[in-house]
Amino acid sequence: MKFLHLIWSNLKRKKLRTTLTLLSILVAFVLFGLLSAVKQALVGGVEMAGADRLIVRHKVSIIQLLPESYKARMERIPGVALATHQTWFGGIYQDPKNFFMQNPVVPEEFLDMHPELVLPPEQKKAWLQTRTGAIVGRNTADRFHWKIGDKVPIQSSIWSKSDGSRLWEFDIVGIYDGKDKGTDTTPLFFRYDYFDEARRAGWGKGLVGWYTIRVKDPSQAAEVAKRVDEEFENSSAETKTEPEGAFIQAWARQVGNIALIVAAILGAVFFTILLVTGNTMSQAVRERTGELGVLKAIGFTNAQVLALVLAESGLLAIVGGLLGLGLAWLIISRGDPTGGMLPMFFFPTRDVLIGLAISVALGLATGFFPALQAMRLRVADALRRM
Amino acid sequence: MAGPINWFSQVISVTKFGLMSIPQRRGAVAAAVIGIAGVVAVLVGVLSIAAGFKRVMTVSGSPDTAIVLRSGADTEMVSGLSRETTRIVADSPGVARTVEGPLSSAELFVIINLPIRTTGTDANVPLRGVEPAAVQVRSNVKIVEGRMFERGKNEVIAGVGAAKEFGGLDVGSKMKVGRYEWPVVGIFSAGGGVAESEVWTDASVLQAAYNRGDSFQSVSARLTSPQAFQQFKDSLTSNPQLNVRVVRQTEYYAEQSTMVTKLITTLGFLIGFLMAIGAVFSALNTMYSAVSARTREIATLRALGFGSGSVVVSVMLESLLLALVGGAIGAGLAYFAFDGFQTATINWQSFSQVTFAFKVTPELLVRGVVWSVMIGLVGGLFPAIRAARLPIAAALREL
Amino acid sequence: MSEQPKNNGILVDVDGVEKVFHRGSEGIHVLRDLHLKVPAGEFLALMGPSGSGKTTLLNLIGGLDRPTKGSVTVAGERIDQLSDRKLAGWRARHIGFVFQLYNLLPVLTAERNVELPLLLTHLSRAQRKKHVDTVLAVVGLSHRAKHYPRTLSGGEQQRAGIARGIVTDPTLVLCDEPTGDLDRKAGDEILDLLQALNREHGKTIILVTHDPHASARAARTVYLDKGQLSNEPVK
Repeated sequence: MKFLHLIWSNLKRKKLRTTLTLLSILVAFVLFGLLSAVKQALVGGVEMAGADRLIVRHKVSIIQLLPESYKARMERIPGVALATHQTWFGGIYQDPKNFFMQNPVVPEEFLDMHPELVLPPEQKKAWLQTRTGAIVGRNTADRFHWKIGDKVPIQSSIWSKSDGSRLWEFDIVGIYDGKDKGTDTTPLFFRYDYFDEARRAGWGKGLVGWYTIRVKDPSQAAEVAKRVDEEFENSSAETKTEPEGAFIQAWARQVGNIALIVAAILGAVFFTILLVTGNTMSQAVRERTGELGVLKAIGFTNAQVLALVLAESGLLAIVGGLLGLGLAWLIISRGDPTGGMLPMFFFPTRDVLIGLAISVALGLATGFFPALQAMRLRVADALRRM
Repeated sequence: MAGPINWFSQVISVTKFGLMSIPQRRGAVAAAVIGIAGVVAVLVGVLSIAAGFKRVMTVSGSPDTAIVLRSGADTEMVSGLSRETTRIVADSPGVARTVEGPLSSAELFVIINLPIRTTGTDANVPLRGVEPAAVQVRSNVKIVEGRMFERGKNEVIAGVGAAKEFGGLDVGSKMKVGRYEWPVVGIFSAGGGVAESEVWTDASVLQAAYNRGDSFQSVSARLTSPQAFQQFKDSLTSNPQLNVRVVRQTEYYAEQSTMVTKLITTLGFLIGFLMAIGAVFSALNTMYSAVSARTREIATLRALGFGSGSVVVSVMLESLLLALVGGAIGAGLAYFAFDGFQTATINWQSFSQVTFAFKVTPELLVRGVVWSVMIGLVGGLFPAIRAARLPIAAALREL
Repeated sequence: MSEQPKNNGILVDVDGVEKVFHRGSEGIHVLRDLHLKVPAGEFLALMGPSGSGKTTLLNLIGGLDRPTKGSVTVAGERIDQLSDRKLAGWRARHIGFVFQLYNLLPVLTAERNVELPLLLTHLSRAQRKKHVDTVLAVVGLSHRAKHYPRTLSGGEQQRAGIARGIVTDPTLVLCDEPTGDLDRKAGDEILDLLQALNREHGKTIILVTHDPHASARAARTVYLDKGQLSNEPVK
């Protein structure tokens, strides 16, 4: 664009002021990026939920246990392809601060149910052959520097072994990765048969925490869920079945209305930036009254002068936005600042695009009134003020 | 021309000139003030979440109350105590007694699902079975509506926080849990503590409903005095028949809140820090433009004999003043907008909801103002130096 | 790019023009019942004391303002009837301005300043550069082309201003006190340049000034006093 030189030169007019304004915009977008990643970490699980999976838990509450025998009954229900269970182990590795999930599962079924967990075949084989074996996600493995072959001691706060001790030991036989960026790779999974056999009698033997069901046809999910609950109505343990997405979403809601809080903070930040930058642009236009008059005298139309001012503010906002989003990207790719506590940490593409759109809107909004001002200048008056 | 009084009056004059020219520069000034106000408001607002959460947890505990759990249990949820054990605890030295008996309440709890009023989605809520002495053990519990539940009946009372946050907890309605219906007969307050997020019923009724046999999860005991704690603890931990963990209620709740408090506080500071940087840039912008707008004026003053030192100080004073105004506005905004805002979140360590209110403490307000002062200092420093170094002749020529 | 003048060689026809400015409720008659005909190729000087309305008249002829009454015709076109948007385009094609205070954009180099009016045309970058280089040579500023206004002397800045004024090969060059801010020597150089543009390149020039030394360079001088035009200086 032939006018680019003119626009750029105008921005260079007061280098310090332009730089400071650019930096303010940059900081706002870094914040935007970081908050997007945090929000995604806290609520993004919903997007990762399997569309063909249901979660079945005890109707009264998640901490109540369900019989192991339910699996067979579930698989007989029309529409159910597979059912597998998990249980909350509640273990501590060295320090309660090092929280991560460890659940006993039935290996083959579990891996089948969760194709988003990527485990090399030889590691899967090793797991099937080692009773005390456990697979752990890349996130946690990196956090504690675990390698295949390590023995990991975990103290359970809930489950005692038959000898009374609460210290369980597992062999790391596999490290799994997530298929998508948002797949949670913090949990550790070990074998249910080892768990059930080793746990103390009278303390929940044969009972499990919750089930995951795969439905044959995702569009039938709601019906199948109803059928499952009907199957176990009036049993000793009634169930509540819902799609995995809804289940995760309910959990996210319990953390609080994260999306709202993040939006409110960002709203305050951008509103402030808008005011500050808009004021800078107004000042810049006012200083140039005479020059704008000259441009009009030479033959620039009102529309062209308007466009020039908008282009200036737009350029400033877009450059600041791009730099800010880029910096945020760099920071975020260095990983989870909480050291593995968050299930995922990345900058969603969708939010990057939203950020870009916001930077354009910011440019237009900050330039709007100054541009109108410039457009409306009467040439003769302006020239006198040069 | 020298002398501290003379210098001081110079500073005042220059600052006065500066402040008098503010109406001409009101756009830039307003922008900087609003920028700083925004930073302070957001910072204080976010930190008030953590403060509110922490407050609930600490108000819940009192130093003369002790909690007994099974040894190795870090939360009640994973603890288990036999009735025998709870009796020993109740009869231990250090426990306060009234005519009715020891002030000790053996308790157990389950997590039930109730819908959040605003979203309709399910939340984990603690349903706690308590013994009759519970109300006296916790000194700040008061029935504010309805009445206490009757022993042996499956009646419940709900904490004010729980009643506000979750559906189905009005006096007279029936709480539906699993297959059973529990009539809500009263609402209680607990001085803002965690108990207000809970629903209470008779311990024996809860045991029966959830097949807990005759086991409990914890004992809360009121001691004769805070100093009696050590004696109480020693007698229990030295007893070979018992396997328990004894902790002051205040410590227990402090432990419970570390994760959430830490997360929110870290986030709050991160956001506040970034915003402060942005505000510094904005303040620098304003002050630089202030200095450049008054170039001729400053040069004239200096040509007349005002020392460059007084110019520096006056520019900084002006910046500080604007920052303070911004900080005060931001702090005030935060207070009116956020203080007392009721919400709830899940406490991972107890697996259940804790209702709390945002708390804008005086400490936070002060901290907010301090941040604004620091922004004002940094924002004013470099422009001040530039103002002092202006080549007078060139500046006077500039029209 | 010059158009063939219509109206038997008259380029500018100001007919019965009045200009009233409103300050509050008062109306100030800056120009009254003005008639002026400027033939193509003339070097005309417009003289008068300050406040006499010289600049206002120049603005009307240059399409920067509209008369309250009467008509202004330039190269056969009634410019007082054009819309703002059309006027802008018209100015770009037909008028070159030279201002007393040069009015160069401080953020652009001399050659970029001269290029400005060409940005409104459809010429390519290379073509624009050719035009700029040509006029810079005409005004004798080629060696200072890449300098910013702040490093140019007054005379050099005005030469750049003139270069900008003629770079689109306009029909009419309007100069408002072009030597007002220059010393005698620099001023003379500028006037030499203007005369050369008129004699050698046939440019029609209207020069507003209060300096008889400058107006002496013109072929004809008209005098403006209290909004009225005469051929004789006011005593």
